[in-house]
Amino acid sequence: MTDQSQNQSDMQDWGISPDQVQFRFRDDEIADVPAVTVDSCCDQTNATAVRIEPGDDARELLPFLDRLQLVEVNFPAYTDGRGYSAARVLREAGYTGELRAVGDVLVDQIGFMRRCGFDAFAPDKPINEDDARTAFARWPEVYQKTTDGRVPIWNLRHE
Amino acid sequence: MYLYDSYDQAMVDARVEEFRDQAQRRLEGRITEEQFRPLRLMNGLYLQLHAYMLRVAIPYGTLNSRQMHMLADIADKYDRGYGHFTTRQNIQYNWIKLEETADLLADLASVEMHAIQTSGNCIRNISSDHFAGAAADELIDPRPYAELLRQWSSFHPEFSFLPRKFKIAVIASDTDRAAMRLHDIGIQIVKNDDGELGAVFYVGGGMGRTPMIAPLIREFVPLDQLVTYSEACLRVYNRYGRRDNKYKARIKILVHELGKEEYTRQVEEEFQNLLDQGVEPPLAELERLRPYFADPEFTDGPKSVDRSDPEFALWAARNTHRHKHDSYVSAVISLKPVAGIPGDASSEQMHLMADLAKEYSFDEMRVMHTQNIVLPHVKIADLHALWTRLEAAGLGAPNLDTIEDIIACPGLDYCSLANARSIPLAQRLSQRFAEKGRTEELGELKLKISGCINACGHHHAGHIGILGVDKKGTENYQLLLGGSEAEDTSMGKITGRGFDEDGVIDAVEKVTDIYLDKREDGERFLDTYRRIGMDPFKEALYD
Repeated sequence: MTDQSQNQSDMQDWGISPDQVQFRFRDDEIADVPAVTVDSCCDQTNATAVRIEPGDDARELLPFLDRLQLVEVNFPAYTDGRGYSAARVLREAGYTGELRAVGDVLVDQIGFMRRCGFDAFAPDKPINEDDARTAFARWPEVYQKTTDGRVPIWNLRHE
Repeated sequence: MYLYDSYDQAMVDARVEEFRDQAQRRLEGRITEEQFRPLRLMNGLYLQLHAYMLRVAIPYGTLNSRQMHMLADIADKYDRGYGHFTTRQNIQYNWIKLEETADLLADLASVEMHAIQTSGNCIRNISSDHFAGAAADELIDPRPYAELLRQWSSFHPEFSFLPRKFKIAVIASDTDRAAMRLHDIGIQIVKNDDGELGAVFYVGGGMGRTPMIAPLIREFVPLDQLVTYSEACLRVYNRYGRRDNKYKARIKILVHELGKEEYTRQVEEEFQNLLDQGVEPPLAELERLRPYFADPEFTDGPKSVDRSDPEFALWAARNTHRHKHDSYVSAVISLKPVAGIPGDASSEQMHLMADLAKEYSFDEMRVMHTQNIVLPHVKIADLHALWTRLEAAGLGAPNLDTIEDIIACPGLDYCSLANARSIPLAQRLSQRFAEKGRTEELGELKLKISGCINACGHHHAGHIGILGVDKKGTENYQLLLGGSEAEDTSMGKITGRGFDEDGVIDAVEKVTDIYLDKREDGERFLDTYRRIGMDPFKEALYD
């Protein structure tokens, strides 16, 4: 476990209105710009916020990562897991801005999302704060390496 | 076999607590059944026709006596004294209460077991060769690789909401005893020309309503890239697998629609990206895993046994498999007594199998995908004593790989998806052939029954397959011939119009008559079918 306890104390409550961020693990100003579609983002040279829909190819954004402050990944239904891959693709390519999960974001998925690189959560329906806290801290360790900085069990075993 | 360290144990314990929370929220009405459904499914809990069904993972089918005793205790404590071993080398309980499930999972965790990812659209239990570590013909024990993949796939953050379920099999011999190419990913561990170990990847096989044999995707993946390559295969699937139609959502459809060349190209591209990410475990981890699967201390002993008792001789000939040590065999405990329920075992039988494993097989058992139990390392000198105790408990059926060794799904007796009953049909078929004394004469003949098109009973891959369908409100059975799930994988073909329950039993008998009439020296049913084709069978059935 690396920075989980710190994550918890950093976790800020951004209110419960449906289109607002409920949990955020960043210290910078929250971006207050409307997100455009992936297509528009690729056409407009000044867009700083973009929303990825499940069918979009996150790799189309890779040339523009420097200017992006906010990437929203929409989960129209929690069962559609394409957004997890989109998030990891962006983080693996070096994106450091805000990565926000929006839509049908539920307490039982936010732990996985956090591991894939999401650092902000704007669920359609607010999540019970205690349940969320428990969910973010659920796994004492992890088996896989992602970009979230946690050291996988199989590395801990051979330190 | 593999034993948990404190890390593995902590993960499983955390999962029990998570499920306890989730079940509690459901019981309090704080989440809807719709929201609860995928959560319980990822813990192997299905809502069936009469009750909840819980599927417990038995990784690559390997378990010890302590675990088998616990499975028996669970059958008594939470079910009705029975368990059902499945084609995924797992065990299912059919009468489970939601309120008790978390306690059941805690009992499992106390013996290093769990129900994690035994259902749901995620990576399922990794399956393997049931004779792994024992078979004379294997290159190396495939289970360390299966265990590595088990850990990698457990709670995978990116691949827990895939388009559909995902099954991986790992084998390490040219003889395929795990239906490897009928998996979403089939892996065979091989040696290349330089003598290095690596993995052949087949991707996009499966049964279900659109059966497909997995094409070869990569001839050699070095062992220090095994996880990375698997991750690339999964990521392409997670991003591009179809989600518009659940019947077209398996990876086989993606590979088929893209073509294997294009799918492979995308995987290789993703693989290159992932190589930079360092997702691969250190090779030291594989080295750590291997000793858990090291050979037990075999000792030399008699290489043959007195076979003057004909019943014992038949069992010893039928139900044992050649071992890599010539003083040992692998012995199969048939869970297919004549007129029994395929794969069912009572708690008493489970306790006995556990005791026998401890006494005669270095404390180890395997679940076969054909729903039987293997004692992998039995001294030839102990065979008669073992058989005597199995016989006394009704576990001595000498019918491995015969027409009585039927795979059957739970069917309409339990399953909410089924169109027809499978179990009673299996019971009547084994009874028919046993009564006629035909079983041994027919030799190897794999009969597989599914109660619906989802093919849990592997009917496509049976030498003889039976598919239950619903025909205007009555149960109807289609007959298929010529399937195989071995290294010569093939899909059975439908003979023609279906039959009612009595009719399909007669039909099976007719096709076996044709086989006995037409077979040439040494031919199995499958060989004769492949030589003479469908027509002679059709004529006998329909003219």
